[in-house]
Amino acid sequence: MKLPPFDYQAPETVSAAVELLAEHLDEASVLAGGQSLIPLLAMRLAHPAVLIDINGIHELSGVTVTDGWVGIGAMTREYVAEESGTVAESLPLLAAALPLIGHEAIRSRGTIGGSLAHADPAAELPAVARALDAEFVVRSQSGERVIPAADWFEGYLTTSRRPDELLVEVRFPAAGRGTGISFQEVARRHGDFAVAGLAASLTLSDGAISDARLAFAGISDVPVRATDAEELLVGERPSPELFDEAARLATRDIDPPADLHGSSDYRRKVAAALVRRGLRAAADNADERQ
Amino acid sequence: MDITLRINGATYAGSPEARKTLADFLRDDLNLTGTHVGCEHGVCGACTVIVDGRPVRSCLMLAVQAAGSEVTTIEGLAPDGELGPLQQAMWDSHSFQCGFCTPGFVMQATAFLRDHPDADEQQIREALSGNICRCTGYQSIIEGVLLAAERARQS
Repeated sequence: MKLPPFDYQAPETVSAAVELLAEHLDEASVLAGGQSLIPLLAMRLAHPAVLIDINGIHELSGVTVTDGWVGIGAMTREYVAEESGTVAESLPLLAAALPLIGHEAIRSRGTIGGSLAHADPAAELPAVARALDAEFVVRSQSGERVIPAADWFEGYLTTSRRPDELLVEVRFPAAGRGTGISFQEVARRHGDFAVAGLAASLTLSDGAISDARLAFAGISDVPVRATDAEELLVGERPSPELFDEAARLATRDIDPPADLHGSSDYRRKVAAALVRRGLRAAADNADERQ
Repeated sequence: MDITLRINGATYAGSPEARKTLADFLRDDLNLTGTHVGCEHGVCGACTVIVDGRPVRSCLMLAVQAAGSEVTTIEGLAPDGELGPLQQAMWDSHSFQCGFCTPGFVMQATAFLRDHPDADEQQIREALSGNICRCTGYQSIIEGVLLAAERARQS
């Protein structure tokens, strides 16, 4: 279908954008890359009175490194992050997830901030942000707030961003020595939304696991950390038996959704397999990065 | 909104409504009907064009967002009515059946081969995985793109 009519605004600065948001609040939608919002408009599932297009705000694009954190401007396109040397070196988990997002033409327009603000629980970036405890920087006329990933995702397509706030940057902690990562997913076709996905990161110190991070995509209405499994892993040495037990703990209490791509029970089995694969791959990767 | 943009090397001006997609603007306002509109929500790939060097779904971009951009559509690949090398290779490989998805596949493959001239079959298959052929003629489409890559390497 065709898009419904809306009042189109294209501010060129963040301050102009937040002024528009303050004025229109819930009546406004923010257009970043448009790879999710434009389909929602076309299907008439979204019908904002005002569309605030932030593609012309150049200050929202770019990758910066500060004190062990990598800041990614909300309008940074996925293909730009995919080609970024800084992302490849300092955020290997994000680098591994990016090529799995949609298809090449989608990543030409799609943005890091757009995907994370859209907050589709089956998407890759929310799981990465949750696994790494990313920080979300939002700005409004009353100033800036920094929201931890644990508080950002509130439900299906719902975040803690207030209607007068604009997501301007997402900060990720840079991976240090000895940290190995893996992004695993099972999808019916490359580029499709995953039946289930897993962002995994393991840090090895003297052969033992000193930090473990596991976040699932596609098994709930938000990305989910497997905290019981993470606690089990820390202090232990990688082994197939340990990873089997981690997979059991990680999937013991989950209740994945069912749809025509897979039943709830199937998704739980896939999720367990992803934990075993992801931990094995992350441990191998950590050995390489010592 | 008044916009000006470059399409296939020529300058075009128009006044699309803000809600008009680039795909509809190309077809309805500029009569460049080679770009096909299939699903209208970014799933089928039929409307793929190249904007500032990158393949994009023209149904997922507003026309007003293309102001000042350099756009290449399927018409730009055969400006004098002569098929381009990729088109010729796909013709020779009987790559297409009904032809509806053709412009999208050709534009996506054009962008991909430019960046990956040595791509193998698996890479081409993945690069084209976002384009849907409802006649399901994928095998011959892949063969056509492979043939074009091979000819480009030999010349």
